[in-house]
Amino acid sequence: MALSTHRSTATLLRHLKATTTTTIPFLRNLSTNSTSTITVETSVPFTGHKIDPPSRSVETTPQELMSFFRDMALMRRKEIAADSLYKAKLIRGFCHLYDGQEAVAVGMEAAITKKDCIITAYRDHCIFLGRGGTLLESFAELMGRKDGCSKGKGGSMHFYKKEGGFYGGHGIVGAQIPLGCGLAFSQKYKNEENVTFTLYGDGAANQGQLFEALNMAALWDLPAILVCENNHYGMGTAEWRAAKSPAYYKRGDYVPGLKVDGMDALAVKQACSFAKEHALKNGPIILEMDTYRYHGHSMSDPGSTYRTRDEISGVRQERDPIERVRKLLLLHDIANEKELKDIEKEVRKEVDEAIAKAKESPLPEPSELFINVYVKGYGAESFGADRKEVRAVLP
Amino acid sequence: MAAVLQTIGAASAALSGGSFPDHSSKLSVSSIHSLPVIRSDARPNLSSIHGSFRAGKLISKAVATKVENSATSAASKPGHELLLFEALREGLEEEMERDPRVCVMGEDVGHYGGSYKVTKDLAPKFGDLRVLDTPIAENSFTGMGIGAAMTGLRPVIEGMNMGFLLLAFNQISDNCGMLHYTSGGQFTIPAVIRGPGGVGRQLGAEHSQRLESYFQSIPGIQMVACSTPYNAKGLMKAAIRSENPVVLFEHVLLYNLKERIPDEEYVLSLEEAEMVRPGEHVTILTYSRMRYHVMQAVKTLVNKGYDPEVIDIRSLKPFDLYTIGNSVKKTHRVLIVEECMRTGGIGASLTAAINENFHDYLDAPIICLSSQDVPTPYAGTLEEWTVVQPPQIVTAVEQLCQ
Repeated sequence: MALSTHRSTATLLRHLKATTTTTIPFLRNLSTNSTSTITVETSVPFTGHKIDPPSRSVETTPQELMSFFRDMALMRRKEIAADSLYKAKLIRGFCHLYDGQEAVAVGMEAAITKKDCIITAYRDHCIFLGRGGTLLESFAELMGRKDGCSKGKGGSMHFYKKEGGFYGGHGIVGAQIPLGCGLAFSQKYKNEENVTFTLYGDGAANQGQLFEALNMAALWDLPAILVCENNHYGMGTAEWRAAKSPAYYKRGDYVPGLKVDGMDALAVKQACSFAKEHALKNGPIILEMDTYRYHGHSMSDPGSTYRTRDEISGVRQERDPIERVRKLLLLHDIANEKELKDIEKEVRKEVDEAIAKAKESPLPEPSELFINVYVKGYGAESFGADRKEVRAVLP
Repeated sequence: MAAVLQTIGAASAALSGGSFPDHSSKLSVSSIHSLPVIRSDARPNLSSIHGSFRAGKLISKAVATKVENSATSAASKPGHELLLFEALREGLEEEMERDPRVCVMGEDVGHYGGSYKVTKDLAPKFGDLRVLDTPIAENSFTGMGIGAAMTGLRPVIEGMNMGFLLLAFNQISDNCGMLHYTSGGQFTIPAVIRGPGGVGRQLGAEHSQRLESYFQSIPGIQMVACSTPYNAKGLMKAAIRSENPVVLFEHVLLYNLKERIPDEEYVLSLEEAEMVRPGEHVTILTYSRMRYHVMQAVKTLVNKGYDPEVIDIRSLKPFDLYTIGNSVKKTHRVLIVEECMRTGGIGASLTAAINENFHDYLDAPIICLSSQDVPTPYAGTLEEWTVVQPPQIVTAVEQLCQ
């Protein structure tokens, strides 16, 4: 539907696909500081398991949509830049890219605070950015430099940001799930009104640890939200070949579950705030994010031996998260094409600058090898019953 | 070859409790099945055995119920007497009172009171959340404890038997040991993982494991083994207060040891070894239950005129090479007695460490007595032979000192 504007003719030439229904026509507002709410319907309704799913209508603001766009564009650009850096052999080892799945990171951030914890597996670059990590820290860590978030000693799979409530960054599939329950346990122990989002993949959904942790979380009503980022492929194995029941949101059995379209940032946001409310009152809940990764499992996997290129480009055309937000922005006249392109250019520049700066960052010192193995100063001082202080001296 | 067999003969005959045979007598077939416990170049030690040995009562199952220094009269001494598991509980309780972040989790620790009564009465006192009964899911509740530790809590994770912690090896190795390093120092894991291990009374192979050897290579953790009520309490407190993850090895058979410990609060150092008995002739390094086998052997050795120095190394990772080194420099002979497996055990690492650092001070190659590389059998006699017994220690010292 065309809106009357005083702006350029470009707006009149736009094709407005009625992919969403809006109820409030409004005057074009260039400024993104607008806080007027827009109600958007998610593309796909939520499916619940032992729970009533939340409503399809999500409230959002132009500012939020713009931030979604910018953040997702930044994440996408970062992952593509990491791809080129890997091919240039500046990043070594394993590099698992998140492009295609950005909506999960961004939607989750929008629903929670930095006091809530997020813990994930090795596909952690974008979640790190969402939690407050800087581009410099992430590129420097990927390239093994001193300025990296883990001082270059962790690598791609070990991004952490304590202040941002991001607990990593774990290499072993599924091992982060009990850790996530521990974070939730700690939140319950300290009586904090916060939750923990424990992310894992469809491959990890077949790990025993998940069910052990679910049992404990349900037993003690821990505020844990287990999020299965289902990108349908566990490395090279499709989900239907690995799981007897690929309905991951149902596999919690006694734990309620919700299936969410993980390519729709607003749906993710709705689901996460719903889940947070639920977890604080009733204990754990499983969210299954139906999402997709464009790259292979990691940089050593071309990603095309177990799926067709048509499938990948099909998803990219129909369900790409950034395109979806772009369409929303254009539809509601929050920005025009040029502005969005400018944002993308800006983001690209930011990423390039960060890479340049990261390249200048030095490699860690040799002494760094032995730092942080133990917390400085071993153990406690020893006092015998006669109060004589004894301290061990190591060679 | 003959010399080795004769040494075996000495050991096996002694085990059966009979009188000491003439060393030149033929060996029966059955004694050959008792395995060679002295694996270094066992030179024949014929002259000193012959004629000077008193066939006194040799105890084959050496679980002491009393430690030497508590033998004096109880009434007038300060402090209070308790059993080892009570000492552990006291240490744990004091730390839980002192710091609200300390919590316990494990199987049957809460309402049941702990399968070895270490956490008895703590759940009614501190609540179910602080003394948490977990389902039987070692991997996950260890991971949960580590996740809680990442946020600042100080969990004490109990494995009902150390052997069960093998299921949690991934969590202990990757997340407990390495997280401080891979996060560039952002997260500390002040967790304590404790549990009884070691060879008990015919518990079978899977329940008699010594995990020290498996865990010793994990970077980032500290390992300690307690052996007396005094050091059990002190090490428990030190482990809880430590910012590093600590694995505290207890022993199934030592829980009922009684000792008098001080009333005042004390914390021991996690990296220190304990001098059990100073001496001049040989350094005997040991830990956990083998300390008692060594002390029994020492009684015999002292009667024979030897003066061994016994050190309970306590700290299995890192080794207290300062105390050990000073001792080696004094005595120039080292005997390691451990319950760990021969291959890749603590003794093997300790031998390597001493050889590397103190090679010039050694007058003889280090002898390491460890358990055999077999799954612990159920049959009582076989189980005895798996583990180092006092007569073997005596023979080893005699070999070393000749």
